[in-house]
Amino acid sequence: MINFEYARATDVADAIRQMAADPAAKFIAGGTNLIDLMKYDVERPMRLIDITHLPLKTVDETAGGGVRVGALVPNSDLAYHPLIEKRYPLLSSAILAGASQQLRNMASTGGNLLQRTRCFYFYDVATPCNKREPGSGCSAINGINRINAVLGTSESCIATHPSDMCVALAALEAKVHVAGAAGERTIAFDDFHRLPGDTPQLDNNLQPNEIITAIELPARGFADNYSYLKIRDRLSYAFALVSVAAALELDGGRIKEARLALGGVAHKPWRRPEAEAALRDQAVNSNAFAKAADILLGGAKGFAHNAFKIDLARRAIIRTLTQAANGTPQTQSSKKIR
Amino acid sequence: MESRARPDTVSKPAAISVTLYVNGEPSKLAIAPWTTLLDALRDRLHLTGTKKGCDHGQCGACTVLIDGRRVNSCLTLAVMKDGARITTVEGFAADGSLHPLQQAFIDHDAFQCGYCTPGQICSAAGLIAEGKAKTADEIRELMSGNICRCGAYPNIVAAIQQAMGAKT
Repeated sequence: MINFEYARATDVADAIRQMAADPAAKFIAGGTNLIDLMKYDVERPMRLIDITHLPLKTVDETAGGGVRVGALVPNSDLAYHPLIEKRYPLLSSAILAGASQQLRNMASTGGNLLQRTRCFYFYDVATPCNKREPGSGCSAINGINRINAVLGTSESCIATHPSDMCVALAALEAKVHVAGAAGERTIAFDDFHRLPGDTPQLDNNLQPNEIITAIELPARGFADNYSYLKIRDRLSYAFALVSVAAALELDGGRIKEARLALGGVAHKPWRRPEAEAALRDQAVNSNAFAKAADILLGGAKGFAHNAFKIDLARRAIIRTLTQAANGTPQTQSSKKIR
Repeated sequence: MESRARPDTVSKPAAISVTLYVNGEPSKLAIAPWTTLLDALRDRLHLTGTKKGCDHGQCGACTVLIDGRRVNSCLTLAVMKDGARITTVEGFAADGSLHPLQQAFIDHDAFQCGYCTPGQICSAAGLIAEGKAKTADEIRELMSGNICRCGAYPNIVAAIQQAMGAKT
């Protein structure tokens, strides 16, 4: 691993101050992705600012009936937190579908949003990659692209965002609280991550020197009718080829409210308001689910090795909505898909 | 890209003083910031029970317990764990007796080459402390961060089930 300097931040203001003083620095919390990338020479910070001592480690109910999750709450603690298990089981399920328990014990809530793509070429510094070296080209578009995106791609980049947790946060319409030298602001989850466009080096809209302080979950948790289904090459501890977060509010046999987000298929958790609108006020049935799937996947474009993801996603969306409607969410321990 | 223009080394890589409480014994180390906990345990404290497999958090051979929680020591910087209580496989046996998990791995022939075993045992201890796994399916899922290339998985699950029974 490359050499670097190490400093500890004592509070949020100190962290922002230290980052502003050294543009070549990076924050480190769980380190599960950053240290890995440093070992591959993909990330080369001059200094790491350790933020693990910041007071951002609690899960609290908000006055508005939601829940605020500190950016440093470990993924495992969040998944098993009684408030999350009870009110936001979609989020628990998605977190437990990702990584391993060791990594979930280390990885932070804020860090999960900021993890980088696992595109093979992003990790391989011997190959061109516009995300790693802007302007160098995309090796994936005409390369081994089985794991890459089929929605929202550009001529510059077909990388996916690898998170499971973020797919659930998108479906739940979480908010991202950030702080910076200019003060605090709140970013809607759909506006946090970016599509690659011609600036694939930017994964998200966090500004330089800004730090995530919390994730806020709104009051509506879809605890009765939800499912997170993750399809991957092995049964556990693998990134998604396709994943689906589905959340419904039902009134008898009718859909009052619907949320639908995909992972593994785009540079960000993939949602489309029109797909969710198409489910609203519909009777629960597979025709409605298929129609929503077609809308959500509209414009999908496969590459040499990943076109299978489009059909796979369509079937997974229908299956996940069925699981949600039936109140039989996918469990993350038994791998049988029912 | 700006981050690639950095010099190959920082000018004065100062060692930082940390105290690690490893298997109950305090060790004060002056350590470079880029030293992983795995390398500190193996190369500085000569506790070579913890294994380096992939060194990228993909295999689990380096699993240790930090303050009772299982983590990948290969992705942990030692300087970030000043004051932490660390348990490695060397800390399991007590008073000349094997820990129930160690005995269970022997009883069930839960290894072949043995390279992944220290990580499997530390991970299993973390799993039992978490209390989330009850069924064999749940053990398999929550042990999926520990790869065994000899394929001893069925026996590893049986060993963990035995150790879980011994605990309750």
